[in-house]
Amino acid sequence: MAALRSTPSRLLAAASRSTRAGPSMFVRSMATLGDSTVEANPKGSTDSRMKSFQVYRWNPDRPTDKPSMQTYTLDLNKTGPMVLDALVRIKNELDPTLAFRRSCREGICGSCAMNINGTNTLACLCRIPTDTKQEMKIYPLPHTYVVKDLVPDLTYFYKQYKSIKPYLQRDTPAPDGKEYRQSKAERRKLDGLYECILCACCSTSCPSYWWNAEEYLGPAILLQSYRWIADSRDERREERRAALDNSMSLYRCHTILNCTRTCPKGLNPGLAIAEIKKQMAF
Amino acid sequence: MNAQRVGMRALRQVVARQPNAFFAHNLPRLALANYQTRGAATTKLNQDDAQALLAAQRKQRPVAPHLTAYDYSQTWFGSSIWTRITGSVLTGGLYTFSLAYLAAPLMGWHLESASLAAAVAGLPMAVKGGAKFLVAWPFLYHAFNGTRHLVWDFAIGFQKGDVTKGAWVIWGGSLLSALGIAFLL
Repeated sequence: MAALRSTPSRLLAAASRSTRAGPSMFVRSMATLGDSTVEANPKGSTDSRMKSFQVYRWNPDRPTDKPSMQTYTLDLNKTGPMVLDALVRIKNELDPTLAFRRSCREGICGSCAMNINGTNTLACLCRIPTDTKQEMKIYPLPHTYVVKDLVPDLTYFYKQYKSIKPYLQRDTPAPDGKEYRQSKAERRKLDGLYECILCACCSTSCPSYWWNAEEYLGPAILLQSYRWIADSRDERREERRAALDNSMSLYRCHTILNCTRTCPKGLNPGLAIAEIKKQMAF
Repeated sequence: MNAQRVGMRALRQVVARQPNAFFAHNLPRLALANYQTRGAATTKLNQDDAQALLAAQRKQRPVAPHLTAYDYSQTWFGSSIWTRITGSVLTGGLYTFSLAYLAAPLMGWHLESASLAAAVAGLPMAVKGGAKFLVAWPFLYHAFNGTRHLVWDFAIGFQKGDVTKGAWVIWGGSLLSALGIAFLL
């Protein structure tokens, strides 16, 4: 974090460096830090801190080969703090055949969702534990079909999302002809729901979704469903609830709550599902 | 607005005048940098072939590890599965005993409370307590988590900390109270 603080001296140093060396940013590859990494080492030591990463590998070009774990070793002093930094560095420097999804590197796109050390999270928001004795284990999202290495096939997940009609449905025009107004209290009901980025961490942490993905919607989609049920501007609340009123779509949730424990955005799919169930019951 | 436009134009002109300023400056650096060249061999596919290829590949995709990879405390030791296991054990036990009790007069078994109590009276304390524990723990675990489910139905107790703590409280609480019932009562 210290590097993010813009103290005057640091700013000055940065300014002088950029005039002297030109656009050095272009020469560096993505997550690989150059000579300046010794400064980035929190303990200030120059000793190498080698850490092993076990990564799930499967190659669609050799489909008969069983999936396996491949171990890569990186020096943490030369790697950024997050798991995504390590993966990018592995791909850049050790093994360009490793496949994973990534885009924003700041937890807003949901591309780098994967199973890291047993729980689902976004690689870009997950710090590498500094204990170098412990190996890290990185798998794709559990019980998904693997396209390659850490890339899961989320086609069906997106189809399920489409099935809940994730958009505003209403027939009456706005009273003022301009916009659908909400009170502050009504807007507040959407907090904790609209932030969902559909990374599928929660759905793929849910054993119920593992066994019944065809019919059970799963926590992510149900949270989205509740996002539209809770929206004061939507006029199809009854239809939305009726679509969930069967034994599979909603009620395969057995309140296991792995979803709430795993959500990398700190949302609460378990609570959203409970609210739907409560609305349906009372 | 106009002032900005002028600024942009001036910038563009500067760039246009020295098109290779960046590369000329950085050529030595670029040559030294550890670059990887990745050969990208591409083949043109029409829509149907691409679809066929996708379908063929989909058939072969493995399922990512789940029970073996996910945090064991949330899967193998999760309260959901153990509520189901204890419930099944209790139900199975109840049905077995009830049917046996029903058949007892015909088969000549003695399953009345008095004769059962007499049968185990002579056993050592550890065996008696152990047997009681085997019945008491599933019942208590199921009862504790069942109560938690009733609270959950009112959308209460979903905070992350409560969920994590609750799981261990139920394990600890049910084990301790089952030991108490088995050996102290």
